[in-house]
Amino acid sequence: MTWAALTALLSHWRRNRLQFVALIFGLALATALWSGVQAINAEARASYDAAAATLGESQFDQLVPRAGETMPEDIYVLLRRAGWLVSPVIEGRFDGDTGRVRLVGLDPLTAPGAIAPVGLDGDTDLGAFLTTGVLFANAETAARIGEAAPVPVVVDASVAPGVALTDVGIAQGILQAEGVLSRLIVARTQPMGVTPLETLVPELVRQPAQEAGADRLTDSFHLNLTAFGLLSFAVGIFIVHGTIALAFEQRRSMVRTLRALGVPLRTLVGLMIGELVLFAVLAGALGVVLGYGIAAVLLPNVAATLQGLYGASVAGSLQLRADWWLSGMAIAVLGTGFAALGALWKIATMPLLASARPRAWAVASGDSARRLAVCAAALLIAAGAIAIWGQGLLMGFALLACLLVGAAFLLPGFLRGVVGLAGHRASGVVGQWFWADTRQQIPGMSLALMALLLATAANVGVSTMVSSFRVTFVDFLDQRLAPELFVRLEDAADSAALETFLIANAREVLPLMSVEIEVEDVPSDLFGVRVGDTYREDWLFLADTANAWNRVAQGDAAVVSEQFARRAGVWIDDDITIGALGVFPVAAIVADYGNPLGQILVSEQAFRAQFPDLIPLQFGVRSDDPEALQRVLVETYGLSEGAILNQARVKAFSVEVFERTFTITGALNVLTLAVAAFAILMSLLTLAAIRVPQLAPVWALGLTRRSLGGLEVVRAVVLASVTTVLAIPLGLLLAWVLLSFVNVEAFGWKLPMYLFPGHYLVLSGFALLAAGLAALWPAWRLARTPPSDLLKVFANDR
Amino acid sequence: MRKSYPGAEGVVEVLRGVDIDLAAGGTLALTGESGSGKSTLLHLIGGLDVADGGTIRVDGQEITGLDDTGRAALRRSTVGVVFQQFNLIPSLTVEANIAFQARLAGVADAGRLAHLAQALGLTPHLSKYPEALSGGQQQRVAIARTLAAQPKLVLADEPTGNLDEATASDVLDQMLKLVRDTGAALLVVTHSPAVAARMDRQVHLSQGRLA
Repeated sequence: MTWAALTALLSHWRRNRLQFVALIFGLALATALWSGVQAINAEARASYDAAAATLGESQFDQLVPRAGETMPEDIYVLLRRAGWLVSPVIEGRFDGDTGRVRLVGLDPLTAPGAIAPVGLDGDTDLGAFLTTGVLFANAETAARIGEAAPVPVVVDASVAPGVALTDVGIAQGILQAEGVLSRLIVARTQPMGVTPLETLVPELVRQPAQEAGADRLTDSFHLNLTAFGLLSFAVGIFIVHGTIALAFEQRRSMVRTLRALGVPLRTLVGLMIGELVLFAVLAGALGVVLGYGIAAVLLPNVAATLQGLYGASVAGSLQLRADWWLSGMAIAVLGTGFAALGALWKIATMPLLASARPRAWAVASGDSARRLAVCAAALLIAAGAIAIWGQGLLMGFALLACLLVGAAFLLPGFLRGVVGLAGHRASGVVGQWFWADTRQQIPGMSLALMALLLATAANVGVSTMVSSFRVTFVDFLDQRLAPELFVRLEDAADSAALETFLIANAREVLPLMSVEIEVEDVPSDLFGVRVGDTYREDWLFLADTANAWNRVAQGDAAVVSEQFARRAGVWIDDDITIGALGVFPVAAIVADYGNPLGQILVSEQAFRAQFPDLIPLQFGVRSDDPEALQRVLVETYGLSEGAILNQARVKAFSVEVFERTFTITGALNVLTLAVAAFAILMSLLTLAAIRVPQLAPVWALGLTRRSLGGLEVVRAVVLASVTTVLAIPLGLLLAWVLLSFVNVEAFGWKLPMYLFPGHYLVLSGFALLAAGLAALWPAWRLARTPPSDLLKVFANDR
Repeated sequence: MRKSYPGAEGVVEVLRGVDIDLAAGGTLALTGESGSGKSTLLHLIGGLDVADGGTIRVDGQEITGLDDTGRAALRRSTVGVVFQQFNLIPSLTVEANIAFQARLAGVADAGRLAHLAQALGLTPHLSKYPEALSGGQQQRVAIARTLAAQPKLVLADEPTGNLDEATASDVLDQMLKLVRDTGAALLVVTHSPAVAARMDRQVHLSQGRLA
């Protein structure tokens, strides 16, 4: 019995292949977008984890020099003798065959177990590691090192991308840095009664665990990608919901017949659930494969973006990770379940002897429209309440959900209103029929149009967010990279002479001096700045008091970053205590995007008074002819080329990084709109069957099939246009929530929002094009409907 | 048997104490005006609906106390229903439709299926889908589907109501012949005096009672 009933149920899909394709591909596309984004995120996170595991970043406290880049090795000996369990690390870069590699030297005998590379736990020849030397690197990095390897390379996939690990002594030799270390890793448990670090090594600063990791910097990027993945999945689920609802609607009479012939209701519902699970697994698998393809294409750009934006290394090749493909399959099954819940409930509660008249498109009923409108109003009111009173990241996402679902539910009513208004204004008979007929089609197309609304709004929102991010960041770079040249010294003894030379040859010289310090319980960088034209003209404030730079220059006030202000709970005119420097009022707040540490700027004089031994090793140089000055510095002064950084090249690289970011979001934009277009196509094709009886009378009255086909395309474009009109403000609201609510809750800083009307126009154009293209095939089929099929409508035997 | 439904103006008593019996191999016509309770009575006997009071016994089995699963089993193997609207499965071929109920009941027999198809003139149409058949042909498929499962009782609700006079007469002839061959009992609900006249007995329902 079960097999016979299953055969009958499945025969529906055999006879309605288009519906089957819509279901499988709709779900597969939704899963693909979700799992593609998840794959990129999982890959990037795995790279950070590898970095954290191999380098001890984020897991352990670290001791770093208060000033400068290195510390003498003697400090390590001193601390070990004092009983401190610390492990030495030296870092530097060396040239491989096809690019530079970050070299990290560790001491496997003192390093905390969790940070040693996997190779050291197993069969690795520890003697060779410590004496003749071995480099550990992943395959990609090993290939980059190539023949340039100073010692043999062992390939180990667990090593972070772009990093080679070796013994600290070997690394010192390769980097020609004998006797110095970069930092010390502090074991979690230490002996009782050891002398405090502040007493033993006042020249070092202790960085707490998890402050040094790259993941916090990149979380914003990943959060945005995840939000995009979820939105894309929601678009796909609208398609699946529509297809399942239609398929179940069309099978209502079959279900009734099966029950009348003796198939128990429980068996039927069970079979339908089994059938859906089977389809979800099939489509989910297809979606995961497609998602893998999307991720593989986009990952090199993501890797480059993260590397450029935050200095985080992400492997450029994709691995098949169980967590993301399992999450893809799970979300496909759960999404199908969610989409099918209503349809299954209707089947389960449908009386056996109810009228067999098909209730095609339940949403068409006036009751459904009213229910949707009430739900929309409730959700939008809830969104408003959350925006005013809500706090926390969870509330941010609740706000997004209420806003998007509320707007989607509002759409059918909005479309009916606009189309009804157009109908009232239409004068010609064809026009009047067109608008009346369009109004009649809204229920059938509303799910697909909701998908288009969400897709377009998501694209507007994400484009606004990314573009705002770009504008803000480029402005930020202009401000932070204002000096045309950056000059770096190796020896502090040369500092004063170089500064004198620069002052004589440049427009303005800015010594770069900083120390790490904790202010108001917030770990921060304290900068001593020489206030001049550059700071006054190029640094933009988020909030400021009158004559802020003058007050800083006079040593009467400080400028702080937004992160510091939010975390310390201060704003302009509030006082902060900067260690021994004393109490300073906050004169202004500056943006410092992506930096997990706070930033405090005081005058050079105040800074030098407190840190007289700190000699500046870097200078920002303002010059009207930076190329000439660079030549003079190399040829006359004798600096190496590598000691001078040309700001224009840094900026060009940064802008290029943002262009790559756009490639990713651009590709995701096109994919999401393609999914929405697919939804419209499937709706129109499935509606085509019920369109013939509606159009046959109009054809009989004198409209040609060609005209009817053309009007179908116009109708799709008109409905898409009205949808887009609603999508743009919705997308802007979405961007506002992401920039001003979610970002602040998640990361402590707010991104200013910029508007890009040109982008929205192009996106609207794409949305209309997608709708028009989706309508072409159904319209063409309609235009070619044989007259005999149209005549059947009037035949008695139909 | 008693049966009532909630209506717009309160509870409507559709059947008000109907007592009826039908022997194996016998045929009975149930007539009456629209709304008299004919179809309701047929649905109760077929286990498609549940009576409010009274007892229904089919082939010696008391069915009024059966739950949904029990009634489904009754419909699969003991009772066969021929609907006015045919209720064929549109996505299955004619051949699969004819075999369907027999497969559900676990009594599918290729020889019998072929015999029924031939007897009802359906052999040339076995690979077609229902939408390609005329109304008369679709009703023949519905009859074949019911008889293929070899039920003890065949219930037919206006089996010729959608057919023209000549086709209706032809379909009825074939149905009666095939039912008599199997020894099943046949209860036909009809408005048509011509159809009723072909049955062994006729009973008339009026306002929920036997007239």
